[in-house]
Amino acid sequence: MTDIQQIVVVGGGMVAHRFTEAMRARDTDGRYAVTVLAEEPRAPYDRVALTSYFTGKDPDDLALGDPALWDDDLVTLKRDAKAVQIDREGRTVTDAHGVVHPYDHLVMATGSYAWSPPVKGSDLPGVFVYRTIDDVAALRIYVERRRKELGRAVRGAVIGGGLLGLEAAGALQELGATSTVIQFADRLMNLQVDEGGGQALTRLIENMGVKVRCNTATEAIRPDKHGHVGSLKFADNGEQLVDVVVFATGVRPRDELGRDAGLTIGERGGIVVDDTCLTDDPAVSAIGEVACIQGACIGLIAPGNTMAEIAVDRLLGGESTFPGADTAAKLKLLGVDVASFGDAFATTPGALELTYADPVAGVYKKLVVTDDARTLLGGILVGDASAYASLRPLVGSELGGDPAGWLLPEGTVERPNVELPDEAGVCSCNNVTAGAIRHAVSEQGCHELGEVKACTKAGTSCGSCLPLVKKIVGTELEKSGIELSNALCEHFDMSRAQLFNAIQVSELRTFSEIVERFGTGRGCDICKPTVGSILASIYNEHVLAADRAALQDTNDRVMANMQKDGTYSVVPRVPGGEILPEHLILIGQIAQDYGLYTKITGGQRIDMFGARLEQLPGIWQRLVDAGMESGHAYGKSLRTVKSCVGSTWCRYGVQDSVGMAIALELRYRGLRSPHKLKLGVSGCARECAEARGKDVGVIATDKGWNIYVGGNGGFTPKHAQLLVEDVPDDMVFTLIDRYLMYYIRTADRLQRTAPWQEDHEGGLEAIKAVIMDDSLGICADLDAHMARHIDSYEDEWKAVLNDPERLQQFTSFVNAPEEPDPSLAYVEQRGQRRPATDAERRDTAVLIAPTRLEVRS
Amino acid sequence: MTTVSHETRPAAASATRMAVCTYDRLTPDLGVAALIGDTQVAIFRLADGTVHAVQNLDPFSGAHVMSRGITGTRGDAPTIASPIYKQVFSLLTGECLVTMDKKPQAGHAADLVVYPVTLDNGQVIIDLVGTA
Ligand code: SRM
Ligand SMILES: Cc1cc2nc3c(=O)[nH]c(=O)nc-3n(C[C@H](O)[C@H](O)[C@H](O)COP(=O)(O)OP(=O)(O)OC[C@H]3O[C@@H](n4cnc5c(N)ncnc54)[C@H](O)[C@@H]3O)c2cc1C
Ligand code: SF4
Ligand code: FES
Repeated sequence: MTDIQQIVVVGGGMVAHRFTEAMRARDTDGRYAVTVLAEEPRAPYDRVALTSYFTGKDPDDLALGDPALWDDDLVTLKRDAKAVQIDREGRTVTDAHGVVHPYDHLVMATGSYAWSPPVKGSDLPGVFVYRTIDDVAALRIYVERRRKELGRAVRGAVIGGGLLGLEAAGALQELGATSTVIQFADRLMNLQVDEGGGQALTRLIENMGVKVRCNTATEAIRPDKHGHVGSLKFADNGEQLVDVVVFATGVRPRDELGRDAGLTIGERGGIVVDDTCLTDDPAVSAIGEVACIQGACIGLIAPGNTMAEIAVDRLLGGESTFPGADTAAKLKLLGVDVASFGDAFATTPGALELTYADPVAGVYKKLVVTDDARTLLGGILVGDASAYASLRPLVGSELGGDPAGWLLPEGTVERPNVELPDEAGVCSCNNVTAGAIRHAVSEQGCHELGEVKACTKAGTSCGSCLPLVKKIVGTELEKSGIELSNALCEHFDMSRAQLFNAIQVSELRTFSEIVERFGTGRGCDICKPTVGSILASIYNEHVLAADRAALQDTNDRVMANMQKDGTYSVVPRVPGGEILPEHLILIGQIAQDYGLYTKITGGQRIDMFGARLEQLPGIWQRLVDAGMESGHAYGKSLRTVKSCVGSTWCRYGVQDSVGMAIALELRYRGLRSPHKLKLGVSGCARECAEARGKDVGVIATDKGWNIYVGGNGGFTPKHAQLLVEDVPDDMVFTLIDRYLMYYIRTADRLQRTAPWQEDHEGGLEAIKAVIMDDSLGICADLDAHMARHIDSYEDEWKAVLNDPERLQQFTSFVNAPEEPDPSLAYVEQRGQRRPATDAERRDTAVLIAPTRLEVRS
Repeated sequence: MTTVSHETRPAAASATRMAVCTYDRLTPDLGVAALIGDTQVAIFRLADGTVHAVQNLDPFSGAHVMSRGITGTRGDAPTIASPIYKQVFSLLTGECLVTMDKKPQAGHAADLVVYPVTLDNGQVIIDLVGTA
């Protein structure tokens, strides 16, 4: 075809990307060629995820979509090519290099710039905005440089307490700086939350160690004596010392080109477009943040993507129009859950507000409903936004059931199970409805979350809709009678629980027999460790026994934790956290003799890092000789039982929590399980051992102990739920024995107690019935199984020392058993060593060679 | 790479074919490492009796640990999984079959180098020639 029409897109941001991607996906006849003029020196990237740059992502990880888009014959991306002039008569755009680009249709997607108020001193070195990769890279370099120069933590301040300001404050902390948020309004995120929400939010932010100053206008930024940023002066005459300042005071549309070209500009800026995204020139569209649509510019990605899709649709002859913007927003700051959606401020006439607040926990929730309390209009969730993904698509629909179910903490009152209508928007970033997700499952053959994401794009931007997407996929699969495959891997069709039963009943004891009987092939790194763990749970034989060693995952394989350079860490067991002074000294001495890096772990123990494979037996021998043993900081097994000091010393303690913790650790040590197990024991309700953050938490009462189950920290923290109150010591043991053994037998691979408990049919109540009322008649069996475990416990490290054959596995090279790995290299940091980085390795002068760290004795 | 000199190093750096251990020293499915000149090699005896050798350097972490990974199969191909980030490689071709959405460390190819192995008189002989 000769009549390919030329589209020029000015701006290479997120919305330009969506426009180009959608055009290439839908213009199957190749009617249009697209040229993107980008001012930034890189392909469009995920600006929404910009902050992840501070948590170690490199700019490439922020790439949007499939990079092959830019290699398409009908797509041209010009980086570093700012457009400087538009000639609407001649239909051309000129870029900064003087190149003239003719167009048939022009798309303005120039986005916004970070606006900062005219504060004196805002041009000082050390003042930043937060919009582009270059901005955050410069901020990072500056903070790192200042930290070295100042020799102390850098003091940071963020001016602006909105969504972006709070994200920036978190980023400063990520960089090791302190941070203060200076907010002009009377509360944080004043555009999204009301007064009650603001109070709860301030508490959460302060809990993170960020200081908050509301009602504060910044008058000037003052230099220190070297001309760097030094302090802030406020309108109320207050002052604050700072080393770095980030402005997060809002954005303004980059409408200058459009303005010069004579396009109509909105009252508060932005290129005015109609509901089809056309400007007053039919050959020019504007999309994204630069477009003033329905009277406003919208600083969110979802409406921008919608505009991109509309512009494409219209160019291809479609009829779509802008439906109005969903301004729902969720803060992306780890540990601070805030969301606001719909009519959050109850401006609809007659609207009712239902609120729930728990000031101690920093939780505030509000639902706005119609005057009959049936239809959801909007809401604010602070401190616990778990319901956000489910509630947002319900705006405008009936809530179905008691709205309190959505307000009270999860699990208090059952949440009404509403079936979302097909047209309800589930993923607002990518404009995906519940119907589209169902369609992907039922018609397009997507049977896994990953496939649904790839097929519909739902959940691929901010991710806040994922829990809901997952739920819809699950329900839809169930309806079509397809079960979510729970096959372990290509070698076993069974789930872990089924395999556990099969192995137990068949009494097979080797992997070869098991894979031959129940599986196919020769296994892999998924099923081998699972079988290894099941065999260990059933028989409690040594993990390196006979043919077992080859089944074990990285750490179990050598009974220590592998580090990034291939050396290991050793964490001696300290049951319940109680330790003799001579054992403390011994650990110090071992570390000194082997030149190991030491640190206190998050689990009340001491970790020694940097031991080579061939050094492990020597280290264990030293521990064994002094009556200690190494410990499990590895393996899907019991880790630690954390304790507080309890009644023996503490003036508030009501039971001997240390004694209980030691008893529990010695009882369950070595127990192999689907995932790791952690326990905690506190001596009174003050809960200094944080027991409710553990798989099993035991908390002392005047009358005995309360047992909580199913808690964890980690990626999705959960508080443990109450199992029983006021039970005596022996009941504590019996109930925990049964709980753990029942979990070991029935949980999925790598499923911790919390999700197991949640997924268990009937939940905790049903588990209670099994282990307390013996509803399945298996209690005697569970008890006997645990008794076998306790009786057969052996120090697995000592067992290796006594077995020459297993000791052979602890040599560096089969042809040079004592030779250290010659690739290891270290540098000194704060008086200890750490693995050298690649750059440091090239600079050989600073290396500590491994041979200098040989055992001295 | 480091400043250390290793006087006890076992092989002459020029040797390309080298006997590293006896076949009986190898436990089925449990890898061992060998040092040949400057090169670290990971050696695996599989359940079917065959012996395979690949580079010990894990391209995705930069650590010399492949010998401590888990052997298995993907389809018909015998494989080794890295103990650090769990990438899976073919023991026949060295090809990285599962990248776990990661890229190898700068300067390393994703695939492993495979070394020819011969058994001679109960000895396992690794040949470095024609591979590097
Ligand atoms: C050493 C230690 C960090 C420290 O220096 O303090 C640590 C180190 C590791 N943790 Fe941890 N965790 C350590 C305490 C914790 C804690 C705090 C605690 O136990 O009270 C938690 C949160 C509590 C919890 O588990 O519920 C914790 C949650 C995790 C998680 C997330 C688990 C989850 O359910 O989401 C992982 C990842 C996993 O297991 O899949 C993890 C994984 C790891 C691994 C195994 C990562 C790895 O594969 O290399 C690290 C092993 C390093 C090593 O070689 O020692 N670590 N880790 C801590 C050892 C404590 C000990 O004495 O045993
Ligand atoms: C840190 C951060 C977090 C955010 N978090 C969220 C969030 O959680 N949810 C949400 O919905 N939104 C969020 N946003 C907002 C979101 O990123 C924007 O709404 C979105 O990027 C807008 O896309 P756009 O293409 O319109 O503009 P942009 O992405 O800004 O792209 C415009 C591009 O055009 C270029 N340009 C401008 N003028 C010219 C010219 N004359 N010639 C050539 N190129 C030009 C610019 O350099 C820029 O690269 C966040 C923004 C930031 C900075
Ligand atoms: S949080 Fe745990 S897993 Fe993550 S780096 Fe720290 S020790 Fe390692
Ligand atoms: S709502 Fe942001 S990815 Fe779905």
